[in-house]
Amino acid sequence: MKDRPKKMPGIKSIETKHMEEREELFRGLYDLDRRSFLKVSAAALGAIAGAGVTPHSFQPVTVAHAQPATGKVQQFRFAYISDSHLYERSLNDRFVNALMRAVDDVNAMDPQPDFVFYGGDLAQLGQAKELELGAQILKNLKAPLKVMVGEHDWYLDMGEKWRELFGPPTYSFDHKGVHCVVLNSVVEKDFWTERKLTPMQRMQTVAGLDNGVQSPFSVGADQRKWLENDLKGKPADTPIIVFSHSPLYKLYKNWNFWTDDAEEVQAILKRFNSVVVFHGHTHQMLTNRIGNIHFHGFLSTAWPWPYAPQGLPELTVQMSRPDPFNPNDGCGNGSVLVHPDGLVDKIYNLWNRNPVTVSRTYMLSRGAKDKPSVPVRKSY
Amino acid sequence: MMKQDVIGKSALLLAVAAACVASAACGGGQGAERPAANAQKEGSSGAGAASGNGPQTVSTASLAPNNVEVLLCDGKTKVNVPAGTPGTAIAGQLMAEWMRKNPSSTWEAEERERHTLQPAADNSALIGQVEGQTYGRITAQDVALWKTETERVATAGSRVFHNAEELGSTVGVSCDMCHPHAANTHPETYPKFQPQLGRVALLRDMINWCIEHPVRGKALASDDPRMRALEAYILAQRKGKALEYGKH
Repeated sequence: MKDRPKKMPGIKSIETKHMEEREELFRGLYDLDRRSFLKVSAAALGAIAGAGVTPHSFQPVTVAHAQPATGKVQQFRFAYISDSHLYERSLNDRFVNALMRAVDDVNAMDPQPDFVFYGGDLAQLGQAKELELGAQILKNLKAPLKVMVGEHDWYLDMGEKWRELFGPPTYSFDHKGVHCVVLNSVVEKDFWTERKLTPMQRMQTVAGLDNGVQSPFSVGADQRKWLENDLKGKPADTPIIVFSHSPLYKLYKNWNFWTDDAEEVQAILKRFNSVVVFHGHTHQMLTNRIGNIHFHGFLSTAWPWPYAPQGLPELTVQMSRPDPFNPNDGCGNGSVLVHPDGLVDKIYNLWNRNPVTVSRTYMLSRGAKDKPSVPVRKSY
Repeated sequence: MMKQDVIGKSALLLAVAAACVASAACGGGQGAERPAANAQKEGSSGAGAASGNGPQTVSTASLAPNNVEVLLCDGKTKVNVPAGTPGTAIAGQLMAEWMRKNPSSTWEAEERERHTLQPAADNSALIGQVEGQTYGRITAQDVALWKTETERVATAGSRVFHNAEELGSTVGVSCDMCHPHAANTHPETYPKFQPQLGRVALLRDMINWCIEHPVRGKALASDDPRMRALEAYILAQRKGKALEYGKH
């Protein structure tokens, strides 16, 4: 509503009121998992019955959140889109349409998020036309955009085109009291020179998740040094958010759900009270906590990955096995509510299902409170 | 495989040709490489042909009057050798020439390096046992052959599985994009009633469904070599899982 010109303040048409109530309802529903949704629905029905009105309109529903956190952050929300794996439209428009759907989703958020974070793997084979197409679609976002690099963006020309479009892959910024750091965690050791691979062969090797010729991802000594410098002098109570394309822990090496120097990076982050790491690459609901560091995965807009056959973190509540007959199932985007203490509610906006919130309280209580609903059909 | 002292020269050439047919039919590769290497070693100890392994020698030798031209079973590859050249040396030359013209003949080793394959079952406990009239006594070579050949079919499947072109995709999509290492293909649950299809599906029905829909290719016939290979690979990757047909 904010963006529309208001010609006659105070006077609203029936349509406007209807749309406002509707958006209010959806804003409330946005944070709900299925169980709370049923609770709210029941309450709404009760309210309708009590008021003696026919349910002709959207009934305003307020969603009470758990105990509010205190801290130095001015609470805010950002949205995320990740892993779109674009081919050129002439070859495959399904992934292109999916990214456009995510952009529409985010643009429909009201209030708008403070920024939109893109989690990497914009292109499938790192080609200039794929990256340009992605950049062009992302320009349609209303909110400011921050972009991270993924391995699919990088290994054709070693990031040349990506840097031309989006700038350096390693950077930091401050937002409403949170210090945000963006890393390039997909650095691989040179496996291509000895094998005399062409740039495209190198790219295709890295693009295969289960391709064992490539080397494990890492952040690398240079960036670790950069990170140390970047965080130097920051007091321990500065809330930190880190973005890395691969999970900054070791989950499953065979699919590079893995960062080889994860422990070293975690050691740099250890002294801070509140650290949240967001990563792409895994295309699934994925949650972990190591000491004070909370980890959340992003959904992909292109396709979901199966869960790794071993090493799944205890806090992870799996998403239900995707239905292959629905090309959008298991895909989506989402948003993050950053609380005053710097910890977050992570909202998975699964396109074909109810949204799922992995809340700050779930993470703080190590899974004892606010557990998201467990899937009916687990991964094989 | 070939014993020079038992079979005559012409018979040997036939044997070489047959071995080449066999290896070419399954795409060349390891099986083809090994006999060639052996042949070269034996050939170098033989008379006259010690330096005659490469194709270059063939052209000079072709000037000699009493030369024999030997054609490989592919109908294209040929070598020209002096009469009396040991059969193993001829085989070596033919194979070297064939390998030179078929650089992708190491596809199997390359595919195995790229994509981990669950090994086929180990039957070495059977070595030395008598298996009646069918097998005679089972040798280490028998057991090795079973394993190599079985894994070769699965490896061929791995290659199709990871290759949008082989699958006939019109949208650049291959199986591994959703199923790394064939994860979440659960072949052990078929046949099962697939509500989305309204009927009972076999693994190959689901493979074809995926080929037609996300992959946007043409469904494969049940006996298409690619279908057989895909089934082999997918089943191989679920080694050790209990069969649970009908499971959802």
